[in-house]
Amino acid sequence: MANTTDSIRTMAQWAQEGNSPEVLFWVGCAGSFDDRAKKITKAFVQLLQKAEVGFAVLGPEESCTGDPAKRAGNEFLFQMQAMTNIETLNTYGVKKIVTTCPHCFNTLKNEYPSLGGQYVVMHHTQFLKNLIAEGRLHIEGGHYKGKKITFHDPCYLGRANNEYQAPRALLEKLEAELVEMKSCKQKGLCCGAGGAQMFKEAEAGDKEINIARTEEALDTQADVIAAGCPFCNTMLHDGVKTKEKEGKVAVMDIAQLLAQTEDL
Amino acid sequence: MDYLANIIFGIVFFGAIAFFTRNVRRLIRNIRLGKPTNRSDQPSKRWAQMLRIALGQSKMVVRPIAGLLHIVVYIGFVVINIELLEIIVDGFLGTHRVFAPFLGGLYDVLIATFEVFAALVIVAVVLFWTRRNWVRIKRFWKPEMKGWPKRDADYILYIEVVLMLLFLTMNASDYWLQQQGISYYVQAGIFPISELMAPLFDGMSTSTVVAIERTAWWLHILGILFFLNYLYYSKHLHILLAFPNTYYANLDPKGKLENTASVTEEVKLMLDPSADPYAAPQTDQQPAKFGVSDVIDLNRVQLLNAYSCTECGRCTDVCPANQTGKKLSPRKVMMDTRDRLEEVGSLLDKNQTINENQLLDNYITREELWACTSCNACVEACPIGIDPLSIIMDMRQYLVMEQSAAPTELNAMMNNIENNGAPWPFNQQDRLLWRDEINT
Ligand code: SF4
Ligand code: SF4
Repeated sequence: MANTTDSIRTMAQWAQEGNSPEVLFWVGCAGSFDDRAKKITKAFVQLLQKAEVGFAVLGPEESCTGDPAKRAGNEFLFQMQAMTNIETLNTYGVKKIVTTCPHCFNTLKNEYPSLGGQYVVMHHTQFLKNLIAEGRLHIEGGHYKGKKITFHDPCYLGRANNEYQAPRALLEKLEAELVEMKSCKQKGLCCGAGGAQMFKEAEAGDKEINIARTEEALDTQADVIAAGCPFCNTMLHDGVKTKEKEGKVAVMDIAQLLAQTEDL
Repeated sequence: MDYLANIIFGIVFFGAIAFFTRNVRRLIRNIRLGKPTNRSDQPSKRWAQMLRIALGQSKMVVRPIAGLLHIVVYIGFVVINIELLEIIVDGFLGTHRVFAPFLGGLYDVLIATFEVFAALVIVAVVLFWTRRNWVRIKRFWKPEMKGWPKRDADYILYIEVVLMLLFLTMNASDYWLQQQGISYYVQAGIFPISELMAPLFDGMSTSTVVAIERTAWWLHILGILFFLNYLYYSKHLHILLAFPNTYYANLDPKGKLENTASVTEEVKLMLDPSADPYAAPQTDQQPAKFGVSDVIDLNRVQLLNAYSCTECGRCTDVCPANQTGKKLSPRKVMMDTRDRLEEVGSLLDKNQTINENQLLDNYITREELWACTSCNACVEACPIGIDPLSIIMDMRQYLVMEQSAAPTELNAMMNNIENNGAPWPFNQQDRLLWRDEINT
């Protein structure tokens, strides 16, 4: 089976062999270090391998895009991160980037170009949708047949970049029943992590945002809450845990849902 | 003696226009206190955006009930204002229904249309009032709506009803007098609504009804001129500013924040090993200030946004921070910006220097700023393309870059990014450890 770690090569390795990959997989900080997010990383890699995509990662040469610094107000640190990353990416002549993190996606796609980093940047749901359309990836439905799945729109994929359709198109492949939350798509409620909130306690209020969103998700009676962002994933998982619904509802990234049907 | 009414009309009319012009100039001056920003690119897209959102009300109807009622009032006002033209000409020339002979049958249709809309506007405004004050829809009762904003919203509704009633009274008495064959009141117009009111005058003397007609005519036009001048002090300014506001609204993806150009220069110097840091051009220019602590640091589109805000609260209603009881309200951010800008403007009017107040702390607190998740729900919800998030982000930039006043946990996060390239204290060299976990 192609599923060996050998096929997960860094950009440096590709360059050494004198080749260039089809796409760079930007793993992101959460995808590299956070235990829940690493599962998303691995699931997405499995799908890339299944579709025989020649991809690279940056590994130790990757560094935070600077998104949380910028949204926290530290423009200087953001641009330091951005310029350093752009130099790495441009040295390798990277043209196309795919990432499982909508925050990285947004920053790479929208904020790097004016600093000299111009790439085709895709969210993994968009990339997977294309692979399926091109006939390179086949998803057997069935595993989730008869189950209800609800999708939580990540703010940085949806409102920030107007992509509501790709994740839903993938979920349809699972032959599950897609149920929408009270607020979805353009009106989707935030999970509470964006704008650097992930890294601090919330201000005083009467509720945590992730609980409010989890309640909307639980109201749909879904068996699975699908996410498309490692931060949303964590927030909603924590919400489900707080609501003591862990045994009943799973919070999973779309990549995990698709990879699971492969029984990999 | 005969010309007295015309002269009074002229004085009042030009007085009102002069006062309005004065306020428009003040408005423009205040907006120009902000920094210039380039939003004149892609004019065809901008026109299309304006036509769609301001003229076409495309974002209003996202909430169908409010949207529909708003469209009724909006079309009603635009249509009925056509009649204003005739009223003004009559006022100057001392004529009565001067357009009637020229327009013939069309005149009948126009008057009938105005009447139907006047009635519809009254119905819509009553429903608006009911939603606000009786159903007490939550977003109209948030803390920032106390005092003037609350009264302003109600006054607008009252003024609209009064204007429409005056318009209909004027027509009803006119119609009654036409029926009596009074020579001044030429037979003109069809009055589907006010003919129902006309029997109220039966039994009155002709001179009384003429007095009623004249009084209604005068109060109506005076009311309109008053309303015109009320706009500047009110959230109702949006009926004019919604147009430029949607024209200049952001065309980029909402997730994109601008990169500060002065920072780019600095970072380039720092990263360039061959650059001599002492060779940087020495200028007498004031060192650039990062971010925003007062209204004059904002850009002109942000200030235009503040004047355009209708205080509808759709933004606050969808704000996750506000929904969960935090102090942040994007509507309040816009209202504070306008209030502070007005404060600065009135100091300038008195030739005084800007006082020690500022937008940060005196109006918008840090607690509000740090509660934002940058989710863009407010921007998406705004029916006229206002961007409260950009102000929040700019003010955070001031706090962090000028005052190093980020919450402690965020400082820790930023230290981590600086030292090891991730918001958590993990080693950059370990970014590929997940690969090794795959087969174990
Ligand atoms: S971007 Fe900030 S202010 Fe706007 S809705 Fe989201 S949390 Fe509220
Ligand atoms: S910013 Fe927009 S949505 Fe918010 S109150 Fe003002 S007009 Fe309404």
